[in-house]
Amino acid sequence: MKQALAIVRHELKLFLSDPRSVVVGIVTPILLATFFGFLFSGQGRHEAAKIPVLVADADGSAVSSAVVAGLAADPLLAVTQATEAAAREAVRKGKAVAAVVLPVGFGEGSVRAFFGASKAPEIVLLVDPSRATEAGLVRGLLSEKVFRESSREAFGGSSGTTVLQESLRNLEADPAPATPERETLEQLLRDVTRWKESTTGGQGGAATQTRGPGSAAPFTLKEEPVTARRGVTYNSYAHSFAGMGIQFLLFVALDFGIAFLLERQGGIWKRLRAAPLSRSSLLAGKATAGALVGLISVGATFAFGIVVLGVRIQGSIPGFLLILVSSALMASSFGLLLAALGKTPGATRGLSILAILLLVMLGGGWVPAFVFPEWLRTATLVLPTRWAIDGLDAVTWRGAGLVAGALPAAAVLFGYAALFLLVARLRFRWTDG
Amino acid sequence: MTPALEVSGLRKSYGAVAALSGVSFRVGEGTIVGLLGPNGAGKTTTVSIICSLLPADGGEVLVDGAPLAGDTDRAKGRLGLVPQELALYDELTADDNLRFFGALQGLEGARLSSRIDDVLRLAGLADRRRDRVRTFSGGMKRRLNLAAGLLHDPKVLLLDEPTAGVDPQSRNAIFESLEALRAAGKAILYTTHYMEEAERLCDRVVIVDHGRVVANGTAEELGRLLPAASGPELDAEARAAVALLSARGIAVPGVDGGKPRLEEVFLHLTGHALRDDR
Ligand SMILES: Nc1ncnc2c1ncn2[C@@H]1O[C@H](COP(=O)(O)OP(=O)(O)O)[C@@H](O)[C@H]1O
Ligand SMILES: [Mg+2]
Repeated sequence: MKQALAIVRHELKLFLSDPRSVVVGIVTPILLATFFGFLFSGQGRHEAAKIPVLVADADGSAVSSAVVAGLAADPLLAVTQATEAAAREAVRKGKAVAAVVLPVGFGEGSVRAFFGASKAPEIVLLVDPSRATEAGLVRGLLSEKVFRESSREAFGGSSGTTVLQESLRNLEADPAPATPERETLEQLLRDVTRWKESTTGGQGGAATQTRGPGSAAPFTLKEEPVTARRGVTYNSYAHSFAGMGIQFLLFVALDFGIAFLLERQGGIWKRLRAAPLSRSSLLAGKATAGALVGLISVGATFAFGIVVLGVRIQGSIPGFLLILVSSALMASSFGLLLAALGKTPGATRGLSILAILLLVMLGGGWVPAFVFPEWLRTATLVLPTRWAIDGLDAVTWRGAGLVAGALPAAAVLFGYAALFLLVARLRFRWTDG
Repeated sequence: MTPALEVSGLRKSYGAVAALSGVSFRVGEGTIVGLLGPNGAGKTTTVSIICSLLPADGGEVLVDGAPLAGDTDRAKGRLGLVPQELALYDELTADDNLRFFGALQGLEGARLSSRIDDVLRLAGLADRRRDRVRTFSGGMKRRLNLAAGLLHDPKVLLLDEPTAGVDPQSRNAIFESLEALRAAGKAILYTTHYMEEAERLCDRVVIVDHGRVVANGTAEELGRLLPAASGPELDAEARAAVALLSARGIAVPGVDGGKPRLEEVFLHLTGHALRDDR
């Protein structure tokens, strides 16, 4: 019992003897918890960026223009007009969350359909499958606008009158036996016609709020997830494997950096330094070795994702490999930077873990960066992890090519590797003196 | 003739601690010079500065009469360092260790392989070449540590307490290797805090204490620094008997086999014992 108490006292003393690690142990969970709370709180939402949406209006009718205007006026959306092809490409690249394609004849068709006069026109909603929540919001807003505008036209617009009369004639001519529903609809059409005649302008007024019983939906919505190619399905593992792959690349690199610091304290270091070998060669050798070890780790991670979970590289395979290699080199250089800035292996570990968790979290490795408020989404572009994870997303399920998808990310990652190595070269304590 | 290694006026402080305050000596080809001093005397600091692991605050190191110029100076290859610590990868085989250290020195291919053969033979480890260092005894690791410093066939050897913690058998093996290297013309700096080792092995002894050279000479010369002969006068036969015993590692208390006793020289010069544990 006494001995056990002695062990407790001893362990606590050891733990408290390194104030830095105590602080890190407290600060890390506070920072991470605060960040996630912030992201998912109203505060995060409130400041969230408008959702980028593209609209391809092939119809150009009064109704379709009004739908476009309604979407554009919505405070939650940032609407841009584009052709269908351009819109599809933008969604595929992740530049927009969704794209609305209004087909030719949409305006008239929707009014007709409103009164059950013809089959409802089909609106295609192209969505980024990795952003399902935002796409859902777009879908809701779109339905609201289309209902409002087509009903306004039906009850107030000139095409509404034509269609009303036509529908009424069709109903009356229909030889099918009368059902209560049909009678109600006929009654409604007559009432609306009479009401329209009694008003001058044809402003929808209260009628816009009304959805007549029996009236059909004015449109059908076909939602199409946009991936690399038609028929390719989105695999959410692709994103999670990118995030975790990069995170563990950094952890492997940290271990490598710590091993370097340990080596720094021993006799092997003397042999290294006594040999006719430049500091840069030494660091370059270390960085390359660390990158190869990291590549084995991240390569095995993705291999599992590919074989077991159906992750597919829909884009450029050389681009994918290039991003892995540049990420691995960035990570191993980061490990050497930690070794250069850290004093003892113990003190280095705690702070480095905090740094890595922040890098991965802010880089969009845990939750995708698009749920960040806009300022944060922009600010985190300075992080190499953000480029690595976005780059891997681009070449895996987004199907981006080598030049557009991989090269910018790889260039940034190689740049960071060079920067980290340079600082490590300058700041490393090469001698004890 | 220029000595292979010449150190003059080395000074070095770690913050407020003055580790070296003007250390000078020379090591010529085919000689073993002992750098003898207690723990903390500045031996490792001296060796580190010679290999440019550490910058000196003052003084000069000349290898074949020229200072070393930077990390990549080829002349660094003339120095062979055997660190005080066991600088080996326990998880690798002797062969893998030597391959790596040889490659650091720019050796490769057949030349590297034949050098590995040579140094393993010298260290008496040829039959353990493919074994992991983890399975070696302390003495074997010490011998491999020494072998690793010889791979590139350096002209000057810097041995920092190469016998720390080894059994007498391995120590003798190491001594024999060093005598062979001396015969091959190497200039050897041998640091130790064991005065018996310095006495037995070294042609000259440089005694350091608190970062200063307190004496420098052959064992005989140093003995003459003592005020009067100590110990009993021995006739020729008795001296031969003592010498025989001492060659087998048996010390006769109170006599020194005819050689001056460095322990006493040290005590006389510094006013304290060479080692605390005596
Ligand atoms: N890295 C260091 N930082 C501070 N002081 C040191 C360092 N290395 C050695 N010293 C001090 O310098 C002095 C000489 O040390 P050292 O050269 O290792 O002695 P020796 O090898 O003779 O035992 C000692 O007082 C030691 O404490
Ligand atoms: Mg020492």
